[in-house]
Amino acid sequence: MSVATAAPPATPPARSKAARTRWSQRLSANVSSAGLNVAVLALTLAWIVPTLGLLINSFRPGGAFNTSGWWTALAPPFNFTLDSYRAVLGASDLAPSFFNSFMITIPATIIPTAVAAFAAYAFSWMRFWGRDWIFLALVGLLAVPLQVTFIPLLTLAVHMGLTSGNNFFGLNAGFLAVWIAHTGYGLPFAIYLLANFFRVLPQDLFESAEIDGAGPVTVFFRLVLPLSVPAIASLVIFQFLWVWNDLLVALIYVGGTPEVAPLTVTLTNLVGGLGQHIEYLTAAAFVSMVVPLIVFFALQRYFVRGILAGSVKG
Amino acid sequence: MTPLTVTLPMLDVDWETLVSVNLPTLLFVIVGVPLALVGYIVGLDVLVRRLPKRSQPSVRPWVWVAPAIFFVGLILVYPMVGTVVRSFFDRRGDAFVGLGNFVRLLTDHGVLIVLRNNLLWLLLYPGLVLLFGLLLAVLSDRVKFEKPVKSLIFMPMAISFVAMAIIWQFVYYYKDPSEPQTGILNAVVVNIFHGLPITWIQDTRFNNFALIFIGVWGATGFAMVILSAALKGIPAELLEAARVDGANERTIFRRIILPLMMPTIVVVGTTMVIFALKAFDVVYVMTAGNYNTDILARRMYAELYSAGNYANASALAVILLLAVVPVLIFNLRQFRAVEARR
Repeated sequence: MSVATAAPPATPPARSKAARTRWSQRLSANVSSAGLNVAVLALTLAWIVPTLGLLINSFRPGGAFNTSGWWTALAPPFNFTLDSYRAVLGASDLAPSFFNSFMITIPATIIPTAVAAFAAYAFSWMRFWGRDWIFLALVGLLAVPLQVTFIPLLTLAVHMGLTSGNNFFGLNAGFLAVWIAHTGYGLPFAIYLLANFFRVLPQDLFESAEIDGAGPVTVFFRLVLPLSVPAIASLVIFQFLWVWNDLLVALIYVGGTPEVAPLTVTLTNLVGGLGQHIEYLTAAAFVSMVVPLIVFFALQRYFVRGILAGSVKG
Repeated sequence: MTPLTVTLPMLDVDWETLVSVNLPTLLFVIVGVPLALVGYIVGLDVLVRRLPKRSQPSVRPWVWVAPAIFFVGLILVYPMVGTVVRSFFDRRGDAFVGLGNFVRLLTDHGVLIVLRNNLLWLLLYPGLVLLFGLLLAVLSDRVKFEKPVKSLIFMPMAISFVAMAIIWQFVYYYKDPSEPQTGILNAVVVNIFHGLPITWIQDTRFNNFALIFIGVWGATGFAMVILSAALKGIPAELLEAARVDGANERTIFRRIILPLMMPTIVVVGTTMVIFALKAFDVVYVMTAGNYNTDILARRMYAELYSAGNYANASALAVILLLAVVPVLIFNLRQFRAVEARR
């Protein structure tokens, strides 16, 4: 605003005061909007430069990142290659980890979503003793650090043989342990999100369904679920990204053996284990980011809706 | 270039068993678990219908919430109680030592540094996330290209902390002053400010801030999205009326926008406080707790795995839990206040 006050000394004196004010206002609006645009662009640029640098480095020939900055690669002669990608996908544990990440993430998304949907329905449309208190306890559990659960759960998992390396009907038992763990960890948020959505469904709907003789099972599958597709979609995206990106729970329950380790764990091992070849980290990081980035950019709207439902209302 | 197989342990994964055993299991779980749950609900509802009409409504809800209560009880409540109890016992778990574990930890120099670092995270991380989030929400609201801007800033939310840490490892990269700097931060320090390159990760003057900023970079998009939604929820007539009355933009922001957004700011802030207390991945990947950057969650992991000291690990987990309790109580109050307004 202060920029504009000094601006119009060259105005012809003949103009009316009103015209002059309008002119100066327009100028001031233009100047401040140009400043605003520049500020927003600069911040955005600053925000993407780290990722951009890694992306460019991942396409540079081996060792180049160590001799010159990635920004020098933006000027000709362009010298880009897929070497790093070929290297990490061909010869490291990254490819099996990619598979393991799906193996962990898909069930660890489906199970809590299904369990939470049933519970959220009961919490929002049925009356029972202690309902509000149990729900309040769930909200409280949202804040509890997962660390307080590790020792007894690990002891239990070892006791029951649910550790990686053990067989459970042919399946590596580590997977089973991490699915169950993620189900428990994800449930408070999942129930909270879905219940917030379910309870704002119109009440008449339930009343008329009841008059038509539909039981709770029919109402749930025929009415509640179809109407809640957006909420369920945002929950699925949320849980999927959280499990895919999780390092801590995976470290605790499946560990670092290549048969079970997901991308985050393998990537972490690479950070320490690559020696002088740390340029391969660039490609490895992007391999781990592909799936979440696709999910994110394709389904961003649902993701944002989930975030808003999960936090603004609370 | 030496072949990668020299540097990396060649994969000893048997792809065939991996796929032939795991893939069928995966498909079985994807189809089987939802089917089993549907079967459970439908089957038990048939049983509930056989009960006398009067007792049906009091039995049926428990059928629906039982799986959730089972998992939450098993995975969260039971181990939480177990850890609290365990924290009062010695390393082997058979002698009651009262507050002994806590006293020993809280007088340990290393743990005190951990607590100092957590305090730094606790103060800086939510503060900076809110600052950048609010700034970006308010500024991007006034430009035409709001959507792509928000999308790009929000992007780090989708990737793992491990990937974030790797991204920033290259930003903070250090080269000897005699060579050209290849990390962008040191390139700026050397070429624009004509200073000496800094070892951002090792230098104890900067490294905690460097690590915290990685977290801030990752979470700002989250704060921005929520704050931006709250900003757009402010009625335009209200702002228009203030402008007509001659209020300038700064006054409007301070007197109207900020107070109206305060509840949302508080919600985002408390979420960030919890994130700050639970922070683990960035420190684990970047420094493994070295160079005076250790934090509670990572130290707890180290006590659990590297040291196998369950007494210390439990006590550290309980300290973490105690630190969260005020936020937890605050959250519950907020929740009940919102419920009461419904």
